[in-house]
Amino acid sequence: MSAAGEPALRVRSLGHSYPGDPPVAALDEIDLEAARGAFVSLLGPSGCGKSTVLQVLAGLLAPSRGEAAVDGASTIGEPGLTAYMPQRDLLLPWRRVEGNATLGAEVAGVAREEARARARELYPRFGLEGFERAWPAQLSGGMRQRLALLRTFLMPRETLLLDEPFGALDAHTRRGMQGWLQDVWGRDGRTVLLVTHDVDEALLLSDVVYVMSPRPGRIVERIAVPLPRPRHGADVTAEVFVALKARVLAALETPGAGAVE
Amino acid sequence: MTRALRAARHYLPAALFLAALIVVWDVWVRVAGTPSYLMPPPGSLLDAFLDQRGVLPGHIRTTLTEALLGLALAALLGVTTAALIASLPLARRVLYPLLVVSQNIPVLVLAPLLAVWFGFGLTPKVVIVVLIGFFPIAVNTADGLMNADREMVALVRSMGADRLKVLRLVLIPSAVPSFFAGLQIGAAYAVIAAVIAEWMGASSGLGLFIVRSQRAFRTDQIFMAVVLIALISIALFVCVHLLARYSMPWRHAGAPAEGD
Repeated sequence: MSAAGEPALRVRSLGHSYPGDPPVAALDEIDLEAARGAFVSLLGPSGCGKSTVLQVLAGLLAPSRGEAAVDGASTIGEPGLTAYMPQRDLLLPWRRVEGNATLGAEVAGVAREEARARARELYPRFGLEGFERAWPAQLSGGMRQRLALLRTFLMPRETLLLDEPFGALDAHTRRGMQGWLQDVWGRDGRTVLLVTHDVDEALLLSDVVYVMSPRPGRIVERIAVPLPRPRHGADVTAEVFVALKARVLAALETPGAGAVE
Repeated sequence: MTRALRAARHYLPAALFLAALIVVWDVWVRVAGTPSYLMPPPGSLLDAFLDQRGVLPGHIRTTLTEALLGLALAALLGVTTAALIASLPLARRVLYPLLVVSQNIPVLVLAPLLAVWFGFGLTPKVVIVVLIGFFPIAVNTADGLMNADREMVALVRSMGADRLKVLRLVLIPSAVPSFFAGLQIGAAYAVIAAVIAEWMGASSGLGLFIVRSQRAFRTDQIFMAVVLIALISIALFVCVHLLARYSMPWRHAGAPAEGD
């Protein structure tokens, strides 16, 4: 257990350059943290290094400098401390829906029967009821994404890292999924770090939004979102929301920052 | 029923064409008066089969044993080599070029040498089948292992999987389709390889049967043996194909699910 007051997730002075001649600077002095149970977004233009931050937290990438820790334990070179969902759903085509759902739990050492039972409880909420025996190739894009999320949720980890989970979906499906994710997370209560380039998505879902500059990525602003929950798609026209959005957009346009969709 | 009907309609043109060819063959042989030691009429193949049906099962058993044993060993060796190539960079540098070079040695000319080493029994034939089947299996399986989706590997690693779990959960299943692609190529050549190996000296087998028939100018028996070999080869290929289908049910799943 970590000390009281310790954030669930903390990144300090994180910097990374990809080797090359000259080296490509991807990240520059990233500082961020997420309180336990908070929903935090990392917002920035494409290619700003948001995904690199997640890869460091997932233990997949050793950064050039800086620290990253989950519950006080360093994630650098230490995979398996977080539940990571990459941009692509990466469902294993040779496993049925139920096998994919419990993959992460099984790797983490949860007994298969226990993981399957837990998955069965969640299929209805993830809109996968009746598809347990289907193959991933038989699912629609939205269902594949929900299955990848279910796989992530079923991992026995306190921190979820979601890399543009709805990036591949059409705008309509995406709005629906955002409302749904808010609901699922609300009942779950774990810490989430979401990477996105969608301003509305970040504001609708998050307690805190970190805005990043283009490459090499830096945090240009930390914006708390004090909107009451549950939030609805219609809230995007509310006065407070519009004001926050203006602030985010201004942060994105600070010198050196590029435009976002 | 509809499925059988659709299959019948699908294969009907090919069957009709084959039947037409046999008719042309029959008519041509009769009209031209070709002597049957040069070109027997198609009907005589059946006579030859019935005539020889006492000795054929033994020959078929021998050839089939050589082919199946060789293919199984080729699969075993091929997969082992592929695993080495895929997991050890040194093995890749040492083995891969050798593998490619070995393909330029015409394996069949080694047959006399193998007869000198291993005699006239089962062993030299099995060795030939292994040498021919090994390459496509090894190369395909190695490609499958090395071309596994890197992001899938990263995902499973992020879950805390060690090398063994990555191998079991991602690499091996990724290589299954290419392994079967290699095995199908191997299966297509296995029977032919066994038959030709038997030409170099054997005490039993369809290759020996052909050699004996040739010495006796029994062209009808040669033709009949060729048809038999083709049928056995096709049967083996179909078996491997069915095994592949059975092993990869996800590739033959039904239509996509509706809605979102």
